Amino acid sequence: MGELFASYNILGAFGLTILLAVFSAIGSLLIGTVVAIMRVSPIDFLNKVGAFYVNIVRNTPLTLIIVFCNIGFIVNLGMSFTNDIARNNIIWAIIGLSFYHAAFVCEALRSGVNTVPVGQAEAARSIGLTFSQSLSEVLLPQAFRGAITPLGNTLIALTKNTTVATAIGVAEISGLMKEMMEFRADLIIVIFLLVAIGFVILTLPIGILTTRLSTKLAVKR
Amino acid sequence: MTEAARDQNPTGRPAEGDEPPLAAASTKEPMVVITGVNKHFGDLHVLRDIDLTVGRGEVVVVLGPSGSGKSTLCRTINRLEAYESGSITIDGKTLPDEGKALAQLRADVGMVFQSFNLFAHKTILENVTLGPMKVRKKSKAEAEAKARELLARVGVTTQADKYPAQLSGGQQQRVAIARSLAMEPKVMLFDEPTSALDPEMVNEVLDVMTSLARSGMTMIVVTHEMGFARRAADRVVFMADGEIVEVATPATFFTSPRSNRAKDFLGKILSH
Ligand SMILES: Nc1ncnc2c1ncn2[C@@H]1O[C@H](COP(=O)(O)OP(=O)(O)O)[C@@H](O)[C@H]1O
Ligand SMILES: [Mg+2]
Repeated sequence: MGELFASYNILGAFGLTILLAVFSAIGSLLIGTVVAIMRVSPIDFLNKVGAFYVNIVRNTPLTLIIVFCNIGFIVNLGMSFTNDIARNNIIWAIIGLSFYHAAFVCEALRSGVNTVPVGQAEAARSIGLTFSQSLSEVLLPQAFRGAITPLGNTLIALTKNTTVATAIGVAEISGLMKEMMEFRADLIIVIFLLVAIGFVILTLPIGILTTRLSTKLAVKR
Repeated sequence: MTEAARDQNPTGRPAEGDEPPLAAASTKEPMVVITGVNKHFGDLHVLRDIDLTVGRGEVVVVLGPSGSGKSTLCRTINRLEAYESGSITIDGKTLPDEGKALAQLRADVGMVFQSFNLFAHKTILENVTLGPMKVRKKSKAEAEAKARELLARVGVTTQADKYPAQLSGGQQQRVAIARSLAMEPKVMLFDEPTSALDPEMVNEVLDVMTSLARSGMTMIVVTHEMGFARRAADRVVFMADGEIVEVATPATFFTSPRSNRAKDFLGKILSH
């Protein structure tokens, strides 16, 4: 054990996993909210664009999206944020993870919107609120509460899906795991358990927190 | 009807023998003018050439069998539903198509729904102050003072900090009325406001509506509560199959309806 920690930067790799997860979570929540607003808006065109986005992105394997970010944007289009290749890969991984999980965030929020009775939206309109005021004052606050559990599931999936970033050379924990297993075949079980437990430590609190929040903030009907 | 006139005639009904105008309330300044409105849901012609003028301060009760288009009529008046032809004006203004301008004008038309539709995540007080603050741009202090006054008027003073789910149906509906009143609407629409209530709560809501009618509010009320119609209505409008079939004073309508459809309908609800 100690030996492993001494010769491999396990904590650093987990740190990178956490960094990917946190920034992608923020990105996907922002993008997903925008797409969800498009999907519930009264403008037909925006509805269709939102639906198209969700259906394409949700049904494309994540690895493809991440590799596309790398090959398509960095290699072919030369779109780089920095000259540091490793950092550039991390940024594109975050972008890919964000856009991919935004589709799931959108659907989670939409299921939250569906928990709000239509009558409340009509009541909001009939006291003279504009569409955006109805959204921000009545629909979204309740939609977020109704969506906490599915959003939590999305965040857990996202945390685990950060492992895909290894496909474009981001040195997160699953990449390191492969490396360690290769060189320390004697410790394979230990390595495996270490990484698995690490992920449980990361994801378990998300589940516990969202379950708590969703009971605490539940809108009583 | 002016407030003074109402005081002399607290039933709000025209005096006996005073044969009322029918489709148009010619003696009063018009508040809601509906002219030749038609609407379809697919093949279903839900509103057929609707003409109706409601005067300032007038109370009109809309009756008719289920599916006759009463709710749709209410919803087209504040443009929750679009219509294909004809025009609807509120105090001389036509409601525009969707957009900011519509939202502003819609605030002049209060609506009370069968299912209350209070905002479940907001307290009672917040339900009442939301519109005045966001639409009328009132300060929080001003909106809250007004809201407490209105909550007192509908008799739910002590519930201001609770959430809708903690109130009884009757209390929720009275809060919904206060929420509409907070916008200082020119006209109030009620779509079967007591139909979802337990019987013992119907009267507390009707009492609030009756005193609102007495205070001179222009009201269009879809309801089968005949007691309310007799007490508070100036005219009864009877609808069937998307048409206005009959318009009369409550006294005339309930004792001697002219059309067979109205006789048939009254026979059914009276035998209940
Ligand atoms: N959104 C809708 N889409 C299609 N048909 C509708 C819709 N709303 C109401 N209808 C139909 O229009 C008719 C009139 O409905 P409504 O105005 O609710 O009648 P009422 O309130 O008098 O019972 C009914 O036949 C109803 O089924
Ligand atoms: Mg109805």
